[in-house]
Amino acid sequence: MAEKVLMKGNEAIAEAAIMAGCRHYFGYPITPQTEIAAYMAKRMPKIGGTFLQAESEIAAINMVYGVSSAGKRVMTSSSSPGISLKGEGISYLAGTDLPAVIVNAQRGGPGLGGIQPSQSDYFQATRGGGHGDYHIIVLAPSSVQEMAELTIKAFELADEYLMPAMVLADGTTGQMMEPVSFDFEIKEPPAKPWATTGTKCQRPHNIANSLYLDPEKLERINNVRFARYEVIKDKEQRAEEYLTEDADIVVAAFGISARIAKNAVDAACAKGIKAGLIRPITLWPFPDKAFKKAAEHAKRFISVELSMGQMIEDVRLATECKVPVELCYRVGGMIPSPQQVLEAIEKAAKEVK
Amino acid sequence: MTRKYLFAGFGGQGLLFSGKVLAYKGLIEDKNVSWLPSYGPEMRGGTASCGVTISDDPIGAPIVLEPDVLVAMNLPSLDKYESKVEPGGYIFVDSSLVERKVQRDDVKVYYVPATKLAGDIGASTLANMILVGKLLKELGDYNEETVEAALKKCISARHADLLDLNRKAMETGRDFV
Repeated sequence: MAEKVLMKGNEAIAEAAIMAGCRHYFGYPITPQTEIAAYMAKRMPKIGGTFLQAESEIAAINMVYGVSSAGKRVMTSSSSPGISLKGEGISYLAGTDLPAVIVNAQRGGPGLGGIQPSQSDYFQATRGGGHGDYHIIVLAPSSVQEMAELTIKAFELADEYLMPAMVLADGTTGQMMEPVSFDFEIKEPPAKPWATTGTKCQRPHNIANSLYLDPEKLERINNVRFARYEVIKDKEQRAEEYLTEDADIVVAAFGISARIAKNAVDAACAKGIKAGLIRPITLWPFPDKAFKKAAEHAKRFISVELSMGQMIEDVRLATECKVPVELCYRVGGMIPSPQQVLEAIEKAAKEVK
Repeated sequence: MTRKYLFAGFGGQGLLFSGKVLAYKGLIEDKNVSWLPSYGPEMRGGTASCGVTISDDPIGAPIVLEPDVLVAMNLPSLDKYESKVEPGGYIFVDSSLVERKVQRDDVKVYYVPATKLAGDIGASTLANMILVGKLLKELGDYNEETVEAALKKCISARHADLLDLNRKAMETGRDFV
């Protein structure tokens, strides 16, 4: 096994992207994810890659659009307000069926908000984020090791399903250092016969485009795309299930919230409460199956979020509101303590008795 | 066993660095570790902090709210975190910079004039490492081999002179009584 190194989550993302064969990175600085750009600035020139600090987030995402059209693995990163600026370009990528990896190290919002961690871009990420009917794949790491692992996964899924994939991190997972091993097997990227790399007079033109003035054709393309989304929903759901078997109280939490929730679940179990945790790793596709299974025996769900309650809606949808779902949250850059989550579990346990 | 450390003081005192050395030492000793800095504007002055967790088990929340070990390098940090330290825990105070005494009697307290000692050995910026040396000694955790390896991980080869100075600072802390 490769030696473990101590690294910030943001740096682990950058290194993993390079391992995955990403040789083009475009970004614009914003706290708390600037380490990604800094790392790329240092490494890319040494390995024949391109690091470019664009004049804005909008410019950066359109550079991503260009490189992706040419069939190369490409990444951009930002934090909440910057991701909003990229929204138009992400919609264009989705409308052109192009792969790309976008990292969002979320900070408190709305507006410029603050620079401390948040998960309040959940809706934006899981519903697409820009205009039009589309989804992007959303992966939620909760450790530095996963920051690396899921970045590689994001490139693979984006290429496989021809759509943007987002690594939805937050200020904490980006800034914290943990041991990480880069012992990954990297699969060769698939062939990209659609890439706009020049015909050399040997084949018809490839065109990367999201404009369809013929409504019948646009409708058809949307339907084809959504049929692909159904395949993804069926095949790519990922979640960690922790002590969920026969749990009365099931906590739902992703990313950094899941780390806190796990401590609380352990403490609750020590007090004799049957508590468990479902940690969605894919936020889109949402891991419905894990929740449906848990809803067969759970008496209460608690969604722990750094938002005013966004994922809670997906928990309700997944469980078809069969079991009450409560919210345990902090916002604005504040983080719940394991104690706060434990109290929510204890309260729920008392109520379901 | 799980031990949570909190380094707190002014931005620029090397709190993040000392936390990193401690975390690397844990990693080298095959433990689970996490390191989480405050990353706000306080890094450029004002109060900064860095939480480190070292554990034999996988680490849940990496956020250190109730440390077992507090290193306070200025008065605002001692004021803010003294009450948060777990009963039976440790507080290490840079007594060159913090004049008041710790009020609690359910924790072990060590006053180290770290900033003064650092000046005495010609390493005026390494009060942080003097405190790390002292805390490892008092926790019975000063392992010369892993300390050396951790320092080497945190100080690049082209700053070898700083390696010597950091080692000296840690030994000064270790030997201070």
